[in-house]
Formats: sequence, C-alpha cells, structure tokens
Amino acid sequence: MTITLFDFLALSGVLFAIGMAGVFLNRKNLILLLMCIELMLLAANSNFIAFSRYLNDPAGQVFVFFILTVAAAEAAIGLAILVVLFRNRHSINVEELDSMKG
Amino acid sequence: MVQAVIFIVLAAILIGSALGVISARNPVHSALFLVLAFVTSAGLWILLEAEFLALVLVLVYVGAVMVLFLFVVMMLDIDTTTMRQGFVRYAPLGVVVAAVVVVEIGYVVWTRKLGVTFGTPVTHAAKYSNTRALGDVIYTTYAYPFELAAVILLVGIVAAIALTLRRRPGTRSQNPAKQVRVSAKHGRIRLVKMPSGRSRGGEAP
Amino acid sequence: MNPAMPTIFLIIVLAPLAAAVIAGIFMRFIPRHFSHWVTILGVAVSFVLSVYVLWQMLYNSMGNFNVTVYNWGVVGNVQFQVGFLVDRLTALMITVVSFVSLMVHIYTIGYMADDPGYKRFFSYIALFTFAMLMLVMANNFLQLFFGWEAVGLVSYLLIGFWYTRPTAIYAGLKAFLVNRVGDFGFLLGIALVLTYSGSVNYAAVFAYAPQLAGQHMQLFPGLAWSVPTVICILLFVGAMGKSAQVPLHVWLPDSMEGPTPISALIHAATMVTAGIFMVARMSPLFELSDTALSVVMIVGAITAFFMGLVGIVQNDIKRVIAYSTLSQLGYMAVALGASAYAAGIFHLMTHAFFKALLFLAAGSVIIAMHHEQDMRRMGGLRKYMPITYITFLIGSLALIAFPGFAGFFSKDTIIAAVHDSQRAGASFAYWCVLLGVFVTALYTFRMFFMTFHGKERFVVEPGGKHDHGHEDHASEEHLAPGHLAHPPKESPWVVTVPLILLAIPSLFIGWLTIQPVLYGGFFGSSIYVAPNHHVMQRLTDEFHGAANMVRESVTSPALYLALAGVLVAWFFYLYAPQLPALLAQKLNAFYQLLIHKFYFDEIYAFFIAGGTRGLGNALWKGGDGVVIDGVLVNGSARAVGWLSGVLRRGQSGYLYHYAFAMIVGLCLLLGWLLLR
Repeated sequence: MTITLFDFLALSGVLFAIGMAGVFLNRKNLILLLMCIELMLLAANSNFIAFSRYLNDPAGQVFVFFILTVAAAEAAIGLAILVVLFRNRHSINVEELDSMKG
Repeated sequence: MVQAVIFIVLAAILIGSALGVISARNPVHSALFLVLAFVTSAGLWILLEAEFLALVLVLVYVGAVMVLFLFVVMMLDIDTTTMRQGFVRYAPLGVVVAAVVVVEIGYVVWTRKLGVTFGTPVTHAAKYSNTRALGDVIYTTYAYPFELAAVILLVGIVAAIALTLRRRPGTRSQNPAKQVRVSAKHGRIRLVKMPSGRSRGGEAP
Repeated sequence: MNPAMPTIFLIIVLAPLAAAVIAGIFMRFIPRHFSHWVTILGVAVSFVLSVYVLWQMLYNSMGNFNVTVYNWGVVGNVQFQVGFLVDRLTALMITVVSFVSLMVHIYTIGYMADDPGYKRFFSYIALFTFAMLMLVMANNFLQLFFGWEAVGLVSYLLIGFWYTRPTAIYAGLKAFLVNRVGDFGFLLGIALVLTYSGSVNYAAVFAYAPQLAGQHMQLFPGLAWSVPTVICILLFVGAMGKSAQVPLHVWLPDSMEGPTPISALIHAATMVTAGIFMVARMSPLFELSDTALSVVMIVGAITAFFMGLVGIVQNDIKRVIAYSTLSQLGYMAVALGASAYAAGIFHLMTHAFFKALLFLAAGSVIIAMHHEQDMRRMGGLRKYMPITYITFLIGSLALIAFPGFAGFFSKDTIIAAVHDSQRAGASFAYWCVLLGVFVTALYTFRMFFMTFHGKERFVVEPGGKHDHGHEDHASEEHLAPGHLAHPPKESPWVVTVPLILLAIPSLFIGWLTIQPVLYGGFFGSSIYVAPNHHVMQRLTDEFHGAANMVRESVTSPALYLALAGVLVAWFFYLYAPQLPALLAQKLNAFYQLLIHKFYFDEIYAFFIAGGTRGLGNALWKGGDGVVIDGVLVNGSARAVGWLSGVLRRGQSGYLYHYAFAMIVGLCLLLGWLLLR
C-alpha cells in the first residue's frame, strides 16, 4: 500500500474541520481561538506541501515558507493585542468584548 | 510499506492531539497538545521530503511561537472554569459544521479529483538537498516577496513592542536621549555673579 | 519648394505668441515701454515675413503650401493635426492682418498712454494676432476652430478690458454668448463634415466634396435635406456669429465698449471678417448648394441695408462706425452669396484698411475730446486736428465708395456681381445693396459733418491748474459733459503715423490691386467657383482697367446715390441742423424703430434671456431642488441610513458571530463549488 495525495488531503481536511469545530466549542477563550486558527493554518500548509510533492513543484513549499512568516508575525501581534486587552479589561472573555456592537 | 505505517501512526497522533487542543480543560494542556500536533506534522512533512520546512516548523513554531503562547497563557491569570461554559451546548453545532465541511471537502477531492492529474512523486538522488532547491527558488524567482516577508516580520516586531510597551509611573529609568542632548551651557552649570559679603568701600562716608 | 517655408510660417504665427507671453506673463517684471517694444517687434516680424510670403507668391510664382507641422492626436482613423495651408488667399489675409495689427500696436502707444492696463493690453492684442493668424493659416477644421475660439476669447477679454465698468462687462458677456450661438452651429457643421468625409483636413474634405453633392440626410423624419446645404448653412451660422450678420449681430455695436484700437483691429478690420474668410475658404463646399448661397446672400443683404439704417440715428461716433462695419460685412456676405468670392475678399481687404483708418481716426478724435464719444458734443474739429481730419475724410470717401477710393472698386464690383447673379433672392439683394450705398453715404457724412464741421458744441474752460497734455484724467472727472479743460489738439505722432500709413492704402490699394486680385486670377485654386456660377467671369469680360471703371461710374446709379447721401447729410446737419429733430418727430414710429435697433435687443432680452431664465428657474426648483436634492441626494442618504439601521442589528460585536458567519460562508462557497 502506498500513500497517495488523497490520504494527505483527507488528513488535512479532518485537521481543518477539527480546528473549525474548536472555534465553535471554545467560543470564550481568545487564546484557544488563536490556537484553533494555528491548527487550520497547519492543515493548509500540509496541503501545500503535499501538492508540492505530488506535483513536483517547489513553489508550493515557497508558499508555506511565506505563510509561516506571516503566521509568526500574526501570532506575535495577536498575542500582543491579547496582552494589552487583558491589561486593560482584566479578562479575555470574548463575551465581554462587544464594544464593536453596531 | 514502512512509510504507510509511519503515515498512519503520525496521522493518528496528529488527529488525537488536535482533538486534545480543542477539548482540554486547561489552556496550558491545549498549548502542549498543539506542540505535539506541530511535531507530528513536522514528521509528516519529512515523509513528504520537505525537510527544511519541517525543521523550520519545529524551530519557529514549537521553539518560538508556542513558547510565546505558553508564556502568555501562564502570564495571564485566566479563570478556566468560566472559560469552559457553553462547551457542551455548542458541541453539537461545532460537530455538525465540521462534519459538513469534511463531507464537502471529501466530495470535492474524491469525486472531482480537482480536475488535475497527479504524477507519482519523483524519487531524488541521495545527495539531493531540499534546502538548496528551496533556496534556489526563493532567492531568484521570489526575491522580492522574500524581502517583503522580511519587512512583514520587522513590522510584526515593531508592532508587538509598540503595543505592549507602557510606562509605569514611579519607576526610575534613564533617558539616554536626554543625557546625550545635555550641554554645559544650558542647564548643567550655572554661573552666578554674587557680591561678596563685605562692601568695598562704596558706603564709605 | 523652399524648404525654409514651414519654418517661416511657424515664425509668422509664433512671433506674436511669444511676444504676448513675454508681455503677459512677465507683466510685473518688465518696464512699460518694453511691453510695447516686444509686442511690436513680434508683430513686425510677422508682417515682414507675411509680405515676403506674399511676394514669393506673386512674383516668384511660389506654389501653394500644405504642410503639417505637428500631429496632435489620432482618434480612430481621424488625424488631428496642426498644419498650415498657405495659398494666395492666406497670404493676402496674413499680410492684411499683420499690417493692420502692426498699425494698431503703434497707435496704441499713444491711445493707451495713461491706462493702468497698458501692458495687459499689449499682451492681449499680440495674442489676438497669433490667434487670427492661426485661424487664417489653418489647413484643417480643428485648427480653424481653435483660432476661431481663440479670437473670440481675446475679443471677450478686450471688450471687457475696462472691467470696472458694468457696461463693458455686460458687452463682453453679450459678445461671448451671442458668439456661442454661432459657434454651436459652426461646430455642428464641422461635425457633419467629419461624419461624411471622415476627415477634418481641408484637402481631404474638398477632395471628397463632389461625392457629397448628391447625398441627403433626414433632419426630421420624412424630410430629406441635401447634405451640402445643411453643412453650409451650419457653417454659415458660425460665420453669422463671428461676422455679426443679422440676427446674430447684436454683440458688435456693444463691443464698442472696448478701447478704440480694439474696435479697429478686432471688431472692424480682422476678426469679424473671419466669417467671410471662412466662407471663401469653404467655397468648394458652398458651391455645392445654391440654397446655402441664397441664404448667405439674403442674410448679407438684410444686414447691409437695415444695419446701415440704424447707423443713421446713432450719436456715439464709435457706434456709427460699428454699424457701418455691420453693413459692410453684409456687403461681403452678399458677394459671397453671389459666388463672387474674390469680390468679397477684395472688399474685406479694402475695408480692413479704411475701416481701421476710420476707427483709429475716431480714436484720435476721442483722445482730443478727452474720452468723449458723443457727436452731439463735438463739431468744428477741422481746424484743431488737420491730420485726423484729412485721414478721416479719406476713410469716409473710401467707405461711401467714392470713385477712385479703395472702397469704390470693391463695392461697385459687388453691386455689379449681385446685379448679374441669377440666384434666388438676387434681385432683393441688389436693391438692398444699392440703397445701402445711399444709406452708407448718409450716415458716414452725417458723422463726418457732426464731428469736424459746423459749430463747436463743446465749451472750453481753461483751468488754472491743469495746463499740460491730457494725461490728467482725474481733473476732468468733475467737468460737466461737453466741457473741456483745454482746447482739443492734434494727437501725438504715434497716433497720426498709423493714420497716414492706413490712409495710403485706403487711397491707392483699389487702383493697384483690382486688376490682379479680381480679374487676374489671383486666387487661383484657393477659391473654387462652379462653372455655372461664374459671375466674376462675366465681369471680367466687361472690365477694361481701373481708370475705365472710374470713368464708367458716372453712368451707374451707385455714384448718384452716394452723392445724394452726402448731399442729404450736408443739408440736414450743416445747412439746416434743426431739421433732423423735426423729422424724427414727424416720423416718430420709424425713428423709434431705428433708435431701438429694430428691437432685436429687447426681443432677445425678453424671449431668449427671459425664457432661459424661466427654464433655469424651473429646472432649479423642480429639477435640482426636488429631483436631485430631494430624491437623489437626500433620498439616497436616507435610503442608506435606513438600510444601515436594518443591517446594524446583525452587528452584534461578538467575535464568534463573525467567525460563525465566515465559516457558514465557507460552507456555502464549497457547496456552490459542489453543485456547480
């Protein structure tokens, strides 16, 4: 039995769905939301690498490289925002953050 | 055959740890599960002959980003009991949405085959270097995006510092700029002309 | 072909422009006298080179030039170019234009000597010279239109030159608006030419003209119009605006609000003849349509006769000359309508000289009278200003077509041409131009006698403190009308020299040039006359030299009509000066009609201006106020406000709601991909 591209895609799909379900389940904790997003990004990256391998094109890996860069920056800034938020409101409970209400 | 076994084992660990991330009660546990997920993913990527990125994932994500996560989780005093409220109530919805997405993706992937034909992966020679291949592309075709990525990282650093920087009243600190600007003429030394205590005969009769 | 020629053409056009730019943009940095030297130099360069070009044409048998110097733009297959068509018609025009312009420049030094807008004025007239030269030298319709609009713009600027006077502003606006009406027709004509021939280049259009002849178009459903007729009438509407033909003539008398040199240069000698020139230039098109030529002839005839009538009752010296300009432009239009293009252009040329002369002489009188223009406060000026008197007399005789003077040759030719013409309306036009001769003589010599002869109707009050020159306008402000601080005296040399230089051609240009210009085939290929329209051919057969023409004039009615006019003027204004008032009382209805200039202004003010204002009011209140402001602007703002009021309920502010919306969107997108 050899592993095909579709095995990897299926794995990524499941991983993505888990990340998404996590957004629903952990709807209060901002840090967990960020973690779930990391999971989904990981799924996407895995897809890229799998395609790169099976299409024999290094461009896919370049994409992952850039996604990692951006995701690292995003995580850093996101966490910084989180820290500032906690400092100001003493909570990261999403339900208390409704000042953007229209 | 060996690869298939490795794949199945790693995939199982990955899914398990992912489920752990979203279901753990303690955020610290969630973060640790996420570390596990990253590491297994790195293993999968090595299986896909993307060694460089696998190592970058471990170094950058596990080494830096996840440590940052843990750091923040521990620094912020989070009330874990209220955090889990509503977990059960929303679980069905989450499961349903996730299932829908899985089914849809599965349908697209399996029945449509994405409209492309896939070759079998090329087997490379023993001295083939994934890092060199990636570098060849990044420093030639993608030179400008690469530099843009560097700028994004710089912006990320500056933004993170700018966001979290604060001045606490009452702390003592130096201001180097002020120290450099200081000059003898203005403010450091003040020469004062004072008459001596005794008069010099001005009041002589 | 001389390879330096295109460069010469460019210099002819650009020298006045450069002068205008220098005098205009660096107005603040240059001294007063520099501004007139630089513009006179620019125009003098143009004049000398124009004479050179004309000389080459006449004596070195240089052919026509049609050169393109710059490709301005390309739209589809149509090329818009800047180029020069220089044939004998153009060469004649540029010589006349630059000569008169040069004279006016010199004259202005004296006339505007103490005006605060001195430098601005020189910049404007040099700019005008540039625009006029562009107009006459154009080799395509677009450049013609550029020059056409540019002269209109400068005309507007100069009519309103004394912009602190409300009347000047009004007159400028009126000239601009009336010209817009004409230009609208002109533009439509050009658009039609472009539509049918696919080019704006003269050469291409004229080459296409024969195919145009049989074509018809439907302006209104079911009514077929001949294409050349429509094109020519539209083009002539433009000419009516620019050359002040009835009913678009109303701006020209009012344009006398501008300084007198401008009245001479723009509103008598050059710009107003642009329409005449244009029709002559378009002769290959006009020759295709008898209807259009009849229209031209009848409009011209009406202008020639009826505007002359109005001139009889005017009291402002400049307005009299303005109405005579209208009338003479009418003569030119009649000549064009009779297919006697050469006669029209010939009259244009002679008229440029003697009308510029008359205006400048009138300006000289006005200076002497301290900017008094009302002839009722003049009289007896003959002995104060002999040079002005003589030159004015020469101009007047030329204007009334006294045998031997410049106007005689051109005007008599026109009358003869109309007499021979078989075109519809020719007999009407013939009577108009014939009676016009009498009217012309009457108003011209009325003006002449009232100004230079008879009793002095002004009072000289020698003031103790202002005893030098007429520079001290301030002191004159508090003198009553008709009262002068010191007696009138002859103008300085910068004023009289142009008068003399213009009087010379007014005397002799007819003698010298009638033979070559009219009968010697001077214009060659630049004017096209259809074989069956050849009025001039018949006249050529009857022509036996200029001297003969003078001799034969004793048998023509025109001479006696002119003499009768002079006699009547003498009788009414010198012999029995109380008669005109009496006559005006007896013929009150007719007098009122003339005084009100046939009520053109009143009709326009009531119907067109009033109608426009009414329409504007309706559109403002109904269209702008209700529809645009109420429904479109405020309505859309209200709609957006209402919609956002509805939509904001969806904005809970909770992060997970947004995340949920994104995920649902993702599911839907995937679903669409599946079911596609």
